[in-house]
Amino acid sequence: MRSFAWLRPPVFILALLGAWQLAVSLHPHQLLPGPWKTAQGIADLVPHGLIVKYTVASVFRVTWGFFLAVLVAVPLGLAIGWYRRAEMALNPILQILRPISPLAWIPIAILWFGVGDLAAVFLIFVGCFLPLLLTVINAVQSVPAVYIHAGRNFGLGPAALMRRILYPAIVPRLMTGLRITLGIAWLVVVAAEMIAVNSGLGFLIVDARNAGNRYDLVVAGMVIIGVVGLLLDNGIRSLERANALRWGFEEKH
Amino acid sequence: MSAPAQATAADAPIPASRVKLRTENVGMSFQREGKTLPVLENIDLEVRDGEFVCLLGPSGCGKSTLLNAMAGFLKPTSGDIRVDGEIVRGPDPRRIFVFQERGVFPWLTVEGNIGFGLSRLSRSERVQRVHHYIQMVGLEGFEKSYPHELSGGMKQRVEVARALAVNPDVMFLDEPFGALDSITRMIMRGELLRIWQAERKTILFVTHDIDEAVQLADRVVVMSARPGRIQEIVSIDISHPRDISSPRYLQMRDGILGQIGLAHRL
Repeated sequence: MRSFAWLRPPVFILALLGAWQLAVSLHPHQLLPGPWKTAQGIADLVPHGLIVKYTVASVFRVTWGFFLAVLVAVPLGLAIGWYRRAEMALNPILQILRPISPLAWIPIAILWFGVGDLAAVFLIFVGCFLPLLLTVINAVQSVPAVYIHAGRNFGLGPAALMRRILYPAIVPRLMTGLRITLGIAWLVVVAAEMIAVNSGLGFLIVDARNAGNRYDLVVAGMVIIGVVGLLLDNGIRSLERANALRWGFEEKH
Repeated sequence: MSAPAQATAADAPIPASRVKLRTENVGMSFQREGKTLPVLENIDLEVRDGEFVCLLGPSGCGKSTLLNAMAGFLKPTSGDIRVDGEIVRGPDPRRIFVFQERGVFPWLTVEGNIGFGLSRLSRSERVQRVHHYIQMVGLEGFEKSYPHELSGGMKQRVEVARALAVNPDVMFLDEPFGALDSITRMIMRGELLRIWQAERKTILFVTHDIDEAVQLADRVVVMSARPGRIQEIVSIDISHPRDISSPRYLQMRDGILGQIGLAHRL
């Protein structure tokens, strides 16, 4: 029995698709497409190269917004986490900014950057920056004191301490934070593209609806978003498994 | 009952030039919930260059606090700690603190850990030094291993080698073998003695294990608890290797047991 365990997910998905197809065929006048029409919708996108073009556009924006956020949030978080007074001074502001949805920044993004890539990248940056910053600050504060003592004992100053002790010590928790944040980035890009740009998977969904109720393309867009999101997550997970990072995940007994 | 060995040469004044570390009337107190909690009182101690001194006492007697203050991680509330006549103002690579094996950096390999304090050396010098100490602690073949692949005893060796590699004058060891099983602990004691005899570092070693103290130390500083004070300093004038079933050894051990106020029968 156990050797067939790998069969369970595909069988379950097939069953769901079957139920979906059945439900659609029982209500033929619904606008919502079935799995077969959705597959045709995806096929429709292929000849124009739209599927590739839109996916690349979305991934491009996510990449920029995400990496800019990492580039700023990680060093800043290391510094804030290390200097307790900076953390105490900044904490109220961070706590107020935190519950504001990145989508609430859409009008401001358009005001500052106009309709275009920059606005979308900015929104993704905003969505990733705070969660990452807070992850890094928390991680730094929970680095065991013995590592910091050992680092100071070997004569490290603040900069070397951050580079050689704090940063490597937080990598396992940082990886988890990166994974969650990349998920957020992927959520935000779709919303941003519905309003602030004229390409990408989010735009595909809105455009398909506005330009003639092509709900097959709407659902096709959703499926592609799901699959790309899954691939991005797998990409980060394979980083977690890289040899040099493995310690943090195996040492917890 | 007090051990007769106390009145031997070790109690004579030490020539100033040979004193490596001196605590002068050191006191230490912590503030807790508005109350002042004295942890150490009137600690006067002189440690000679190259001497192996054990700080022995029950848990909560402040021996670990004293060691942290000597290493520069804590500032004494009163009194001074001097190394080579200079007041200790913080941690220093010339005096390395060895934690239990928890202090090994899990993100570096054995090589990376042992070479951690050698970043100022040239690559070839570093490789050579790391190799030397890997051999000394018997970790050949594990150069590229990560700490999570090692046993507790091996991790402890890594930490000792990491400390030795920067060639410190003084090593502070805080119950370094406390987390190891009793057989590994015996082996590690032997290895530490071998390394100490080869390198002649000044060693301050905190333990709550009377046997460990009597097996290792030139002098055992027996501390009493709350607040921590030096109750007695016992010289162990038995040459290495020590026979741990000889009458002299047992006499020394029983003397310290008596000092602490423990009966010989459980």
